[in-house]
Amino acid sequence: MSWIARHWLIAVGGGLLAFWIAVAISAPVLAPFPPTATMTPFLLPGAQGPDGTVFVLGTDQLGRDVLSRLLYGARTVLIYAPLATLCGYAIGIVGGLAAGYHRGWMDDLLSRTGDLVLAFPAIVLYITIVGRFGASGLNIVLAVTLASWPAIMRIVRSLVLDLRERSYVLAAKIRGEPTWRVMLVEILPNARGPLIVDFSLRLGYTTIAIGTLGFLGIGLPPPNPDWGGMINEARVYALVFPHMLLFPCLAVTSFVFGCNLLADGVREMSLRP
Amino acid sequence: MISFAFRRLALMVATMVVASLFLFLLFELDPDSVAVSVLGNYSTPEQRALWLEEHGYGRPAWERYLDWLGNFVTGDFGQSLSHGAPVSSVVADRLSNTALLAGLFFAVLIPLALVLGVVAGMNEGSPVDRVISIFCIASTSVPVFASTVFVSALFVFTLSLLPGTSSMLDGFSWREMVMPVLVLVLADVGYVARIVRASMADVMQAPYMRTAWLKGIPRWRVILRHGLRNALIPPFTVVLLHVNWLIAGIVVVEYFFAYKGFGSLLLEAALARDLHLVEGCTILAVAITVSAQTLADVGYVLLNPRIRFQ
Repeated sequence: MSWIARHWLIAVGGGLLAFWIAVAISAPVLAPFPPTATMTPFLLPGAQGPDGTVFVLGTDQLGRDVLSRLLYGARTVLIYAPLATLCGYAIGIVGGLAAGYHRGWMDDLLSRTGDLVLAFPAIVLYITIVGRFGASGLNIVLAVTLASWPAIMRIVRSLVLDLRERSYVLAAKIRGEPTWRVMLVEILPNARGPLIVDFSLRLGYTTIAIGTLGFLGIGLPPPNPDWGGMINEARVYALVFPHMLLFPCLAVTSFVFGCNLLADGVREMSLRP
Repeated sequence: MISFAFRRLALMVATMVVASLFLFLLFELDPDSVAVSVLGNYSTPEQRALWLEEHGYGRPAWERYLDWLGNFVTGDFGQSLSHGAPVSSVVADRLSNTALLAGLFFAVLIPLALVLGVVAGMNEGSPVDRVISIFCIASTSVPVFASTVFVSALFVFTLSLLPGTSSMLDGFSWREMVMPVLVLVLADVGYVARIVRASMADVMQAPYMRTAWLKGIPRWRVILRHGLRNALIPPFTVVLLHVNWLIAGIVVVEYFFAYKGFGSLLLEAALARDLHLVEGCTILAVAITVSAQTLADVGYVLLNPRIRFQ
């Protein structure tokens, strides 16, 4: 109890994330309808269909159940956002370890390449890449990965620059451990603290990025229930049927809020244990 | 100092050149895709070949790149297909609209973020700080596209106070500027205020602040002259580096409110596969980001005497 009181940021943030993970896993059980089944269009929340079934959050312009799409949409988010973030991390960690540990020309090359990518506003990268190669799950993951790895590399690099001077790294080198082992076993695990915080924050950013692409109409292809795409489709009906917009907005906001609270909580815990 | 600024400028130019090469490889390397985007999907191979021949696409790629780059430098971005006008004139129009939006946004954002950040940072750990911090996390958690919906649900649909689009069809109107600026400020104020808060909280611990208190200088003077002056250096850099992400917000807001700005132009160009317009917009967006980054680096050194005199 006292742990929760002291670390309420982690409790609330982790709780929100756990909630959405549980929803994503049990979507087929929880959802009252298949996410793409078309029934009566434009029903308000709580309204009844002609056969008497109640639509808790109403239906959209094609008569699809908003609640079911929201629940299945959690699956889409929880597959693509962590996948894209992890891909960015894989490249960022390898690059950061190489740049920070080897220094010299490799550091220059990787850092300058990263700076070049950072010269492109992230949204411009997303739009040009997805616009050039078409909107698909794979292209979205690629675009997000491309835009995110330089920032991750910078963080890893700065951590490695500090850690490589530690005596246990020297000891490992003297023991004759191969370089990859020194990097992955001696250095990387000791850099985990700031990386966990950053991962949690970045998971939120990625969710926003994927949602933004859906909102701009260049996200995942239509039949997929994706929160950003739901908002975009419902935009034209905002004046008359705001429920079609509000619920997906609340869903994506609560998920990102959870990520940010968790990151803040973990950071605070590491500063004041 | 001057040599540092020059080196930074040279790096900026180099970055732009490499970025242009990247764009060229992405869009212009394969002449056939250029022909398809100019002539359309239903053009015949003969038509494409003829067009390519006519526009000098038979030359080696490096020669075309140098030509293309030369045109860019002189401000000739080619012809926009969807607008039927030179890219430079289409972009100039839209860019000035976005400059107005961004100017108003900064004029509201910076004072607000400063007040929130300074108040929270001065009272670190207090209930006021807690409330401001939670507000800041909430502000950064609401994606811009969601806050457009929330804010318009409140002010446009429920209260009917403001217009829901900002297309400025009947000339410029201040009322139509309120929503886009409000949404952008709401989405960003938390981030900037957090940086100010952290920086202010740091400065409050500095020995020179204690000295100032002990000298008996009035409270407001200590906060403004000794505290804020030093606390503003990190946020200055952060705001300029944040321009990169700000552009995303601007695209979303302009799209949602149908504001005729640079962000919506970029999106329209990409969706319409208007090749030259996409190239022109992208290189301009890169120029804006890189200039902001350069300004951040040079400004940081100017503002911070400890670095300047090393």
